[in-house]
Amino acid sequence: MAKITVKVNGKVYSHEVEPRLLLAHYLREVLSLTGTHIGCDTSSCGSCTIHLDGQSVKSCSMLAVQADGCEITTIEGLAPSGSELHPLQEGFKECHGLQCGFCTTGMIMSAADFLQSNPDPSEEQIRHALEGNFCRCTGYHNIVKSVQWAAQKMKEDKAVTA
Amino acid sequence: MSNKYIGQSVRRTEDKRYITGKGRYTDDIKLVGMTHASFVRSPYAHARVISIDLSAAQNMPGVVAIFTGDDIKATGIVGVPTGWQVNFKNGDTMKEPPHPLLIATGSTSKHIGDPVAVVIAETYAAAVDASEAVEVEWEELDAVTDPFKAAQEGAALVHADAPGNLAFDWELGNPLSEVDEAIAQSAHVTSLEFVNQRMIPNAIEPRAYIGHYEEHIDKYTLYTSTQNPHLIRLLMCAFVLGLPEHKVRVLGPDVGGGFGSKIFHYTEEALVTWASKQINRPIKWTETRSEAFMLDAHGRDHVTKAEMGFDADGNVQALRIKTYANLGAYLSTFAPAVPTYLHGTLLQGLYTTPKIHIDLCGMFTHTVAVDAYRGAGRPEATYLLERLMDLAALEMGKDPVQLRKQNFIPAFNGVSEPGYQTQVALQYDSGNYQGVLDRGVEMLGYENFRQMQREAAQNGKLLGVGFSTYVEACGIAPSAVVGALGARAGLYESAQVRVQPTGKVSVYSGSHSHGQGHETTFAQVVADKLGIPMEDVDIIHGDSDAVAFGMGTYGSRSLAVGGSAIVKSIEKVLEKGAKIAAHKLECAEGDLEYAEGKWTVKGTDQSVSFGDVALTAYVPHVYPQGLEPGLDFSSFYDPANFTYPFGCHIAVVEVDTETGKVTLKRFIAVDDVGNVVNPMIVDGQIHGGLAQGIGQALLEGAIYDENGQLINGSYMDYAMPRADDLPMFELDRQETPCPHNPLGVKGAGEAGCIGSTPAVVNAVIDALWSGGHPVKDIRMPLTPERVWRAMQS
Ligand code: FES
Ligand code: FES
Repeated sequence: MAKITVKVNGKVYSHEVEPRLLLAHYLREVLSLTGTHIGCDTSSCGSCTIHLDGQSVKSCSMLAVQADGCEITTIEGLAPSGSELHPLQEGFKECHGLQCGFCTTGMIMSAADFLQSNPDPSEEQIRHALEGNFCRCTGYHNIVKSVQWAAQKMKEDKAVTA
Repeated sequence: MSNKYIGQSVRRTEDKRYITGKGRYTDDIKLVGMTHASFVRSPYAHARVISIDLSAAQNMPGVVAIFTGDDIKATGIVGVPTGWQVNFKNGDTMKEPPHPLLIATGSTSKHIGDPVAVVIAETYAAAVDASEAVEVEWEELDAVTDPFKAAQEGAALVHADAPGNLAFDWELGNPLSEVDEAIAQSAHVTSLEFVNQRMIPNAIEPRAYIGHYEEHIDKYTLYTSTQNPHLIRLLMCAFVLGLPEHKVRVLGPDVGGGFGSKIFHYTEEALVTWASKQINRPIKWTETRSEAFMLDAHGRDHVTKAEMGFDADGNVQALRIKTYANLGAYLSTFAPAVPTYLHGTLLQGLYTTPKIHIDLCGMFTHTVAVDAYRGAGRPEATYLLERLMDLAALEMGKDPVQLRKQNFIPAFNGVSEPGYQTQVALQYDSGNYQGVLDRGVEMLGYENFRQMQREAAQNGKLLGVGFSTYVEACGIAPSAVVGALGARAGLYESAQVRVQPTGKVSVYSGSHSHGQGHETTFAQVVADKLGIPMEDVDIIHGDSDAVAFGMGTYGSRSLAVGGSAIVKSIEKVLEKGAKIAAHKLECAEGDLEYAEGKWTVKGTDQSVSFGDVALTAYVPHVYPQGLEPGLDFSSFYDPANFTYPFGCHIAVVEVDTETGKVTLKRFIAVDDVGNVVNPMIVDGQIHGGLAQGIGQALLEGAIYDENGQLINGSYMDYAMPRADDLPMFELDRQETPCPHNPLGVKGAGEAGCIGSTPAVVNAVIDALWSGGHPVKDIRMPLTPERVWRAMQS
């Protein structure tokens, strides 16, 4: 067993974990943050995407011990403090960017990281950025629209605060 | 009554929990004392179990119990059944060999991943460790995976009691001699031999089950990622485990997509339920994606020879089909119905073809079961017809749009004009096929397209357009009809509308939502019919203890059948409500009209609200004599017919002559799914279907090697469409109401997947012909290599 300390959604946790425990399992089983989903065993589907020190990461592709000392945001902690929802969460609802919801949390986490570095993306850039996240329900059409909606909203929000 | 919600793109009420990570899928559920299961599976498609040695595994840390096929055999449990019976042409019952929960010593595995033992442990990791320590001695045997090869002499046999690997042979349509004759006399015959390849459904949520037996109440609970909780309960209780149905609760919580693959009753569901009683603790099993690839029932897998005869003017005279349909090793829940009554019955398509005959062999192979996958039989029928149509146009030098139009069944509304009786058993309800084609062609800008195509070809680029017009049968369907066709269940739907004393409404539906948005669409219907705010309506589904026996969601049936059941209950609520209102208003019921949530005495401003009547129903102090208290009605709706959505799909592709790579430039879909309650949700359903249909054309397909190993059983190897594989879709719709259900709706869940595949393949073939490569067929998926090779031949 190894001891790890992580900050998840603003809260500090310390646990003894098996060295082979995947970060995705740590979040789901130990912290009960079940919004991070597991859809594959080859790090291909993106359902498990979280933010680790501000970068999107597939949490099934690393061990919990590797996250020791890191700051993690999961879907449950994505909404900025004071807001109920992140603009992407609103966008997915507004543009019907989800159906069964299983890919959605990972999709939103990937898109959130992407919009930080590219606040004004083209359709092609959005599709390229989300290529690591599978959705079997939506055909991606409305996911692209959701991300565009959120990008627009974030621009407007920024203009207001500036 | 005016509609406030019906027809509006109301944003989904269920979304909040999903976008915040609060959805509750089966794998998210933890029960006190819960254990975890891992299966020991056959590494061979066909192998005899010589011996199983549990000694090492039993002593591993955390192991609670291990059960083998021998343990199951000793209980007398035979296995999971199929829900549909198809008879041989000679009237004999189909072959239906047992599908055991675990393989016993001396028996053989019949597909890769067939389980021999289950290990139950304190943690999932401990269960996996111990399952790897179970030693099984195997004797590997020959296997066959291809349905055509399985029918040849000398092919490895899947079941000793199914000679020739034949589960059944089957035919439908006009007498073969008449069809032969019509083909022989045709001026032109287009013939095509092709494979409709095997698809792996791949809902992103892997299957997950929790079995929980509670001794103190002698009750079982099964949490399952299913599309139809009651069906699972019935099959498991009555046909597998012999449990008292009233002592078993089946819950289908949030389910992460199904596409057919979560309809079926799988062995693991029964196993965790049975085993939880043996160990007296809850057991969870969640499959890995590798298991999902191997074990979730696959779709399609037909090997077909098709011939379509035309007269000199291009009028279709006859259609003759011979198909070998792969059923896999065991007959899954709906498997026998898919290539027969959901496929053969659709071979009329949109055309007036006077003579049709299909001859089909349902084949056992050493592969996992093949069953309904989005569209289930109708995509195979559409692929066949629409490939033939475009190819015939190319061969005869005719325009594919014109050729279709001249052969279309004329428009009929099914009310003042009768439905259309096909040569293959079904009677279409209503249709206007030319309408959708005209609109699609208009969106395409067809006049300019051929010009562009010629110019592109001159510049060394190949452009192609592919058409596909389809009709499908959904809203499955009248119980009496499906019963006559071999269904072992009814196919109605249940709904209970429970008006609470404060006028809030709880609706219990036998349909099950796993992405379709029922919580929103159904609430729109209820709110409008009762004239109350949507917020006052709650939709409850997925709990066999709460909901009356229902049939679940598949075959695009939820709104057409489940929605109609809700409407029926609402009618009963309003009928009783009127009695209470009349009593309160001291008038005759006939003097009342109901609108905007209140009963009003016609021609006056005297009224009583829905909420008032609800309260009175539950506090019946001043109340009509002899009337029961309460306002709570159940209904079962059994439809009069299937519903028949139709549409036109058009693909535009560019083919790279150097590499054979196909780029999908445009995809146009004009679908007519009857009346539409929520356009946003319907469009979403179409989008998802299109992606799956296009995926089949260009990217996907299971590959077994000849030993029966699944060689592309992971996301690294199986190419599922990603965001950058697809364009934005161009959608429009036409609304021809269904004449036989109260909402006039037909169903939208599968349409996208049914029309799209042949449109894409036709477009590639068209592109190749425009570049001087008159090929008839390229095997799907149309990978760059296959397209390139086709251009070289
Ligand atoms: S579960 Fe992590 S990428 Fe699929
Ligand atoms: S919404 Fe179901 S997988 Fe994306």
